[in-house]
Amino acid sequence: MNTQTTLLVSLPYLVLAGGLLFVMLGICIRRTHFVAWSLTMITLLATLASHLIGYEVMGEGVGVTMLFHIDGVSYLFNSLFVLAAICTAVIAYQYVDEKLRFREEFYLLLLAATFGSLMLPAATHFISLLLGLEIVSISLYAMVAYPERIRGPLEAGLKYMILSVASTASILFGMGLIYAASGSMEFAQLTPVSGSAEGDVFYLIGHVFFWSGIAFKLSLVPFHIWTPDVYQGAPSIVTGFIATVSKGGAFVVVMRYVMESDVFSSEAITQAIFLIAAVSMIVGNLLALQQRNLKRLLAYSSIAHMGYLIIALFLVATQPSIGFETAIVYLAGYFVMTLAAFGVITVISQGSDSELDSIDDIQGLLWRRPIPAATLVVSALSLAGIPLTMGFIAKFYLFAAGIEGEMWTLVGLLVLGSAIGIFYYLRIIFAMTAKPEGELDSVEQGSWTGISAVAVLGVATLALGIYPTPLVDLVQNLVRVSGF
Amino acid sequence: MNVALLIGLLLAAGLVAWGSERFHKSLPNWVALVSFLVATLWILLVWLNGPSEGGIYADQSYEWIPRFGISLTLRVDGLSLMLIGLTTLLGAVAVVSSWTETQTRQGFFQFNILWVMAGVVGVFSAFDLFLFFFFWEVMLIPMYFLIAIWGHEDKAYASMKFFLFTQISGLLMLVAIVALVWVHYDAHGVITFDYDTLLETELDSSVARLLMLGFFIAFITKLPSVPVHTWLPDAHTQAPTAGSVILAGILLKTGAYGLIRFVITLFPDASQEFWAYGMGLGVISILYGGYMAYSQSDFKRLVAYSSIAHMGFVLVGVYSFNELGIQGAIVTMIAHGFSTAALFMMAGALQERLHTREMSKMGGLWVRAPRMGAVTMFFVIASVGMPGLGNFIGEFLVLLGAFQKNVLLTVLAALGIVVAAVYGLSLMQRSFQGTPNPDVPEMRDFAFREMSVMVVLMVGLVWVGIYPQHVLGMTDAILPLLGVVP
Repeated sequence: MNTQTTLLVSLPYLVLAGGLLFVMLGICIRRTHFVAWSLTMITLLATLASHLIGYEVMGEGVGVTMLFHIDGVSYLFNSLFVLAAICTAVIAYQYVDEKLRFREEFYLLLLAATFGSLMLPAATHFISLLLGLEIVSISLYAMVAYPERIRGPLEAGLKYMILSVASTASILFGMGLIYAASGSMEFAQLTPVSGSAEGDVFYLIGHVFFWSGIAFKLSLVPFHIWTPDVYQGAPSIVTGFIATVSKGGAFVVVMRYVMESDVFSSEAITQAIFLIAAVSMIVGNLLALQQRNLKRLLAYSSIAHMGYLIIALFLVATQPSIGFETAIVYLAGYFVMTLAAFGVITVISQGSDSELDSIDDIQGLLWRRPIPAATLVVSALSLAGIPLTMGFIAKFYLFAAGIEGEMWTLVGLLVLGSAIGIFYYLRIIFAMTAKPEGELDSVEQGSWTGISAVAVLGVATLALGIYPTPLVDLVQNLVRVSGF
Repeated sequence: MNVALLIGLLLAAGLVAWGSERFHKSLPNWVALVSFLVATLWILLVWLNGPSEGGIYADQSYEWIPRFGISLTLRVDGLSLMLIGLTTLLGAVAVVSSWTETQTRQGFFQFNILWVMAGVVGVFSAFDLFLFFFFWEVMLIPMYFLIAIWGHEDKAYASMKFFLFTQISGLLMLVAIVALVWVHYDAHGVITFDYDTLLETELDSSVARLLMLGFFIAFITKLPSVPVHTWLPDAHTQAPTAGSVILAGILLKTGAYGLIRFVITLFPDASQEFWAYGMGLGVISILYGGYMAYSQSDFKRLVAYSSIAHMGFVLVGVYSFNELGIQGAIVTMIAHGFSTAALFMMAGALQERLHTREMSKMGGLWVRAPRMGAVTMFFVIASVGMPGLGNFIGEFLVLLGAFQKNVLLTVLAALGIVVAAVYGLSLMQRSFQGTPNPDVPEMRDFAFREMSVMVVLMVGLVWVGIYPQHVLGMTDAILPLLGVVP
């Protein structure tokens, strides 16, 4: 593979890293919020555009050193992450302007986290896996605790950091044991050296630690304890970013790991993951029922959603093309609706001292703030998987995948989980339809950037739900081109 | 006929109605009424023009999600056309019946009504299983809003229950649909949701039984039949008048339609084996619904339970698997649409005037509002099964058909007609007859607006009752597909 191709294919990474430095320099020269924000937006948009250039020369996929394998699928995930970062930046502008003391560096952290997440879809090696995960996590510690004078975010940041570091340690230890068993760190060569009983034991124990750490990053039961606290404590817009990019990144890298390492040929590991998925679907939904705080509710619902997504992970082992297709479509849908939900909380909290994130705060919102409220209705319906929304297409894909893989138990639990889910999603909607006391005028206040950004997300959720064909075709096409 | 255009018309009218709210408060009502009337006229013209070859009135197909072989296939045969006509007509009735009832958010209210109806028209014309499921769920959300926003005192509970029952049973159906498609894919290597293609899928009898159950549960939940009926009394009682009219008149029929169109045709053998359960559930619904109706003190709840009983007849008719039974079921669907819509409208009118639905607080209302009394009398008698009116034809045919299948169950079902007379007349006595209740305030009798709607519904019932051949003729196209022996 010649250098030019490698460079062109790596262009998104180079652009993003360059832009990151550029923004940093810009801040050194002169602190202006708007300029820093604009440079960030330009960087992100340029990164998005550079994918098109790289795609031209990529063909079936290009190995960049032994650490990365960049192909159409990884580009697709990259675009998803960059788009999520763009949404985050747009919605965050008003929040950063209003609430934060040191505004500009927030965007540096956002860019850094995005950069880390771009490594994950292409990672084919333990080193790149760890590098990506850690760059995302470390940037996020700071983003969670960014409003440093308020107790909630600070507490959440600390909690997130300590637990996350522990999980990283667990992943590292697991990697060490797996390396001891297999003698390699490349995903494709991780099968234990045959014939040694010791190797098999190391391999299994290594995976116990590895998956524990990964389950933490994905907040799967029983490693989910941090999720509600961090979701609630962090600024909503950062929570949205954690829920989408951080989790999506971790999931993607695990998918490639599963595809290349053939780990699910081990019965014990398969059983364990199956159990984790099943318990996550049920526990996440049941605990979400108890919540009166929107962010905690969404935290528990995200646990359930990650549990659903494991269905795609199982399919990746046997039929990578369908597994990846399902996961990409599901994550795309999940990104849009989750960002919409957290975006709405950010937008409606403008101008108030604390975040309006309790069910009581959104009583009658549909009549007071029609646009954000309508978006939240769409988002909740989508998370519940009701037709007309992207969430339905995503869930439909999971049904199809589950039936294709004949995972009847998980499909049954998916139905059960969705049924429980309707309860709490409808409660959000019902609260918003409550009749306001007296006649309130329904004039939108707040910045137009935030409102229009969430409106776009809401419309996208509907549009993709009604006519998903462009997305479906794109995904199917890229998966095929990448030779899965 | 262009069904896509009809659905588009209703959807667009919904948006227009919502937007027109800002110009004048009652403008949304007019928008909705006019569009329903236009749609009804349109259906009438299509019907008068007659079908093209094979009894088909419309057939359209566009690609939608080619990845899964999903297309927008809309087709209208006699059965569909009749039900779509009923839908648009009752849409107009619903709009008129709630003309003065809702005072807040008129625009959004009419928007929801129009969108429910668009979804229902879709359900009645979709010939792609994915599309069918799509519309099945689409009609659910606006209905939820109708109950949750404009409902009565216990609306939170009722709307949640309604949504949950429909949604969970719908998910079972979705699993069954996808599984059916995958069985077809395994055998033929083509992923498709097209109804005609899936008809030819060969199924093992055990698989067929399971998949059939997925559909069956979804449809009898909507119908509703015992034991999944519990959402109905709550939803009906709490819904605003227009909501109840739509629920009882139309949404229940989608369940019956699904049984006829999908369960029996897609899984003929499994359904035949299942006849005893289907008929048994139907009979239980008839008797239980009738018994519960009699024990109610709430006018609207009584009518709601009576719906369960009437829908039991539909179930019995469908599962008797012969021409008479199925034709009877279809006639019952149409007649019940007219009579129950009228009774719910009456319940709404009484609540608007008396601010109560309790029959103990009524009594002797005939004196104060003779027109309302006479109208109620007519529809109660119709619903009891008086010869000469539509309901009689339906139930009589159902019993004739069922008799050929099983005598015992038919006798039990026939008892339901006696029970119907008991609760029907008790409804009449407790509310409109007897000594006038002195606590009842002065009340306004029906005026031109309400009477005109009632007259339309009466004419409909008499028409079906005296000359059912029109309705029966519309079922010609579907009967051969059901594999019934004429």
